Amino acid sequence: MSWTLVIVLAVGAYAFKVTGLLILGGRTMPSVMERCLVLIPAAVVSALIVKDTFSTGQELVLDARAAGIALAVVAAWRKAPLIVVIVLGATVTAVIRQI
Amino acid sequence: MVVACLTLSGAVGVFGFSFGVGSVVAGASVWQTCALSLFVFTGASQFSAMSVIGAGGSLGSALGGALLLAARNGVYGLTMSRRLDGSLGRRLLAAQLTIDETTAMAVAQPSRREQQIAFWLTGLALYAFWNLGTLVGALTGRAIDPQTFGLDAAFPAGFVAMVWPLLSDRRARLAAAIGAAVFLATVSFLPVGVPILLSVVGVLVGVQRPVPPPVVVEVSPP
Repeated sequence: MSWTLVIVLAVGAYAFKVTGLLILGGRTMPSVMERCLVLIPAAVVSALIVKDTFSTGQELVLDARAAGIALAVVAAWRKAPLIVVIVLGATVTAVIRQI
Repeated sequence: MVVACLTLSGAVGVFGFSFGVGSVVAGASVWQTCALSLFVFTGASQFSAMSVIGAGGSLGSALGGALLLAARNGVYGLTMSRRLDGSLGRRLLAAQLTIDETTAMAVAQPSRREQQIAFWLTGLALYAFWNLGTLVGALTGRAIDPQTFGLDAAFPAGFVAMVWPLLSDRRARLAAAIGAAVFLATVSFLPVGVPILLSVVGVLVGVQRPVPPPVVVEVSPP
């Protein structure tokens, strides 16, 4: 993997933080923009879940990961601690793969 | 405040661990993985970038998705700028710590002084645990076979834990459903990583004004 990713992402992420905290300062943002920006994680992270569970490259696949993530979702729904959600997801995936 | 801060730090350490594992599995070196956590320090963006790289996506699409996720820290910066003071140097350092958790902990405090203490305490504790977790995770990911231990599920399971608390909000649920649907509809014909960028259209749910809470009319006896 190239270092370009690390450097550009570090500079870009810091730029957003500094823009909000120091450059725009106490000014307010149009509320519609603020409402949209805070929804980014919900939209993008959901797509990432589907990507890492049901796809390999450009192909949609159904494999051991689906079972692992299904259990991780159940654990999250039952308000299990974070470590349980992650360990359960990985363990179930590994076990199903062995069968 | 201290208890809440420590609980949060423990959770962030676990997240850091799963990032470290996933990142080396996706093809980064241990050094690159640690550099991401030290200098980017915003979890969802780091996870997203390495998830796209791991799937064989281009540098541009990996960066695009990650930067979209980093944009909300600008909103937190606005929120925090009214609550933090101090020299320019101090504020430049505060900027690096301006993320979901520190902002949430700060705004939950009643006075300006406590808000500042909460911000710095949470920020520094999280920074330490996030980076420690990343290092241990990266070394673990290097040492064992990821497929055998299901470590390729560490990313999606981490994402599930990340997104779940957000879904108590109706608009966030709708945005999430649209994001996931856009991905499914476009994955087969667009280059890897691009569907993740497109999933951001889910945020357009925010254009609509929130429905005001119903007005409770008290009927008092005459």
